Amino acid sequence: MRDDFAKGADMEITVNPAGQQAVVVKLSGRLDLLVAADVKQRLAQVVNEGFRLIVVDMSEVSFVDSSGLGALIGGLKAARLAGGDLRLASPGPQAQAMLELTTLRRVLKPYPNVTEALQAG
Amino acid sequence: MEYSPLRAIFTHAGWGPAEWAAFRRGLIKILVITNLTLGAYYLLWRGFVSLNWHAWLFALALFGAELYSYIGSVLFGLTVFRLRERGEPPPAPAGLRVDVFITCYNEPVELVRKTVRAAVAIRYPHQTYLLDDGANPAMRAMAVEEGCGYITRSSVWQGFDRHAKAGNLINALEQTTGDFILILDADQVPLPHILDRTLGYFADPEVALVQTPQHFINVPPGDPFGSHAPLFYGPIQQGKDGWNAAFFCGSNAVLRREALARMGVYFFVRDVERRIRRALREADTVIRRAERRLLKADRQRIAPALRALRKAVAQARRELDRGDTFQEVTERFQRRVEEAARLVVADDLRQIMADLAEIQSAEAADIMRSLNDEALLAELAARDRSPLAAIETVRQLIPLLVNEAMDYLPISTISVTEDMSTSMRLHATGWKSVYHDEILAHGLAPEDLRSALQQRLRWAQGTIQVLLRENPLTLPGLSLGQRLAYFDTMWSYLSGIPTIIYLISPPLYLIFGLLPVNALSDEFFWRLVPYLAVNQLLFAVISWGRPTWRGQQYSLALFPLWIKAVVTAAGNVWFGKKLGFIVTPKTRQHGRYFGLVRWQIAMMALLAVSIVIGLGQLALGWRNDGLPVLVNVFWAVYDLIMLSVVIDAAMYQPSEEQ
Repeated sequence: MRDDFAKGADMEITVNPAGQQAVVVKLSGRLDLLVAADVKQRLAQVVNEGFRLIVVDMSEVSFVDSSGLGALIGGLKAARLAGGDLRLASPGPQAQAMLELTTLRRVLKPYPNVTEALQAG
Repeated sequence: MEYSPLRAIFTHAGWGPAEWAAFRRGLIKILVITNLTLGAYYLLWRGFVSLNWHAWLFALALFGAELYSYIGSVLFGLTVFRLRERGEPPPAPAGLRVDVFITCYNEPVELVRKTVRAAVAIRYPHQTYLLDDGANPAMRAMAVEEGCGYITRSSVWQGFDRHAKAGNLINALEQTTGDFILILDADQVPLPHILDRTLGYFADPEVALVQTPQHFINVPPGDPFGSHAPLFYGPIQQGKDGWNAAFFCGSNAVLRREALARMGVYFFVRDVERRIRRALREADTVIRRAERRLLKADRQRIAPALRALRKAVAQARRELDRGDTFQEVTERFQRRVEEAARLVVADDLRQIMADLAEIQSAEAADIMRSLNDEALLAELAARDRSPLAAIETVRQLIPLLVNEAMDYLPISTISVTEDMSTSMRLHATGWKSVYHDEILAHGLAPEDLRSALQQRLRWAQGTIQVLLRENPLTLPGLSLGQRLAYFDTMWSYLSGIPTIIYLISPPLYLIFGLLPVNALSDEFFWRLVPYLAVNQLLFAVISWGRPTWRGQQYSLALFPLWIKAVVTAAGNVWFGKKLGFIVTPKTRQHGRYFGLVRWQIAMMALLAVSIVIGLGQLALGWRNDGLPVLVNVFWAVYDLIMLSVVIDAAMYQPSEEQ
């Protein structure tokens, strides 16, 4: 049912393990309502596969809407329930603005790049 | 649609609709101010001069009830002061991505089919989905036949609180992608132009919600169950609209997805912060209690650690106020708690470890996941057997409270009236709402007293839940007008006890001779009568020809229901008790219902007896207080007329059974 409406969907998800427990999930394209459910599902799947530190690489995300942020929260929840964490790396100006606007920055503090996100805390 | 005798008088003045609307709005403002002034004049006199201290309890109770009513008038007056009539809607822009959601649970398939068919036939291009929370195969087959999408709960809901309709909507929002969503109850049949008439408002990028009236086509002549709400779906919502506070009523409304999602994210963050603050508050309590229990012998060894803990709590609060990220705040806090624990000598540390082992063996995490905050905190409190254990408890508080229940919810789940709560949150997040006063769907109202009462009970319970969980007077982000507009609705549901006081006043005088006022003097009448008269006039101008008598009767006659709603909602919010919430049946239940209205019948009997006694004694010359008796008989008769509505409703039998 979703298919004919999801035509505008434009998102690529690549998953790269970065060690035993850590993984980098790179999103490219628009993180919006059209892909939110897929992204959330993919993040939960990564947690199920046993990864505990999920770094979402936002450097190639051109646009984020609130549903997209909702998907990230879904991933965060999955990670925290498994005793892990989810971190954002290098969001663009629009994503930064959304994080400020929704105050989500207080929960998902963006890291300047993937390396720092992997190494922090 | 509106008829007014006033209009007939002034027609020759050549006024058009615009002049009329302006005249009416002006008149309402004048009457609101007059009414509140007269009311204040009356109440000040009542409070300072008239109270009969020989019957002080009764006098104060009645004065309290009158004060309650006056505050209600102030709130209502403010609400209608800025009545906003929207008129023609802006044209709907082409090409919007719209979903139509029809929520259903256990309604008859053929009844839902009518709604589904009409929804599919809505003119503006859209996708229709049937959200079947009953997961009924027959419903699915019907949806397929009608060419309608069909959505049931996904597997992630298994084992979790389903949150009734709110959960149904959240589940569907996740499985669909429309930017705008028209929400319909299973028995609200939409007209083909419903979207054409509502989508235009969203040209304003700040508009999150367009609500239209709920209109019922199956209401028998005379509206025995008071189903029509012409005052609410009209002047009241228009008045709220004037303050940008028109609220969502669950059906016949269009919502902007981005607004719901943004509100969901925003309230997720707020919830996390609220939980951290809650944990800090509990930590304070635990520490203080430990300090009180400290034995002299322990004082030197443990007091410094407890002091350090308290400092850590205060520091964490300051950091939250400053706007630091939650992770920073909680990590620093945990570190400081560890440091505090290290102040305790090694011996004691060993005991802490022992306590800790005991605590962990209490299957902590598992218990936590299945319990609510209150039970969780009670569990923790029960554990601090020693001051040392207090330290450990504080260490556990934040992770337990914060990490377990995080959720992003685009529809509020704090109340069984998720609609009102959701729109209040939207307003608190800075979004606008619109009330468009045009009937765009034809619905079905409950057809028997039990169902009607259940529905009313649910609304009242849900409204009180919102009041107790997210009081509009204190919820950050609302404007003053919005706070009062929401509070107005909640305040009106608190009328149960004041109504009882009003109802027993005539019997108390007629039977027992208790008079709450010093004397029924001229002064009393000259203050009360103009107040009541202007009040009624204001009401007439506000309703402007819409029939409101039934509504007035029911708001008085349902006093037992309002009390039950407040008690059960408070029990639910404060003590986690079940509401006893039942989905409103859409098919008529058979039988008569005197049992449902027994309190009203008892009250009517009391009123009738008191009339007979009062008038009888007067006629026999046993008493000579003619004026007070007549005044009280007048009120008793008025009360009887108001209450009689539920007797009619309980006896009501439809002329033809369906």
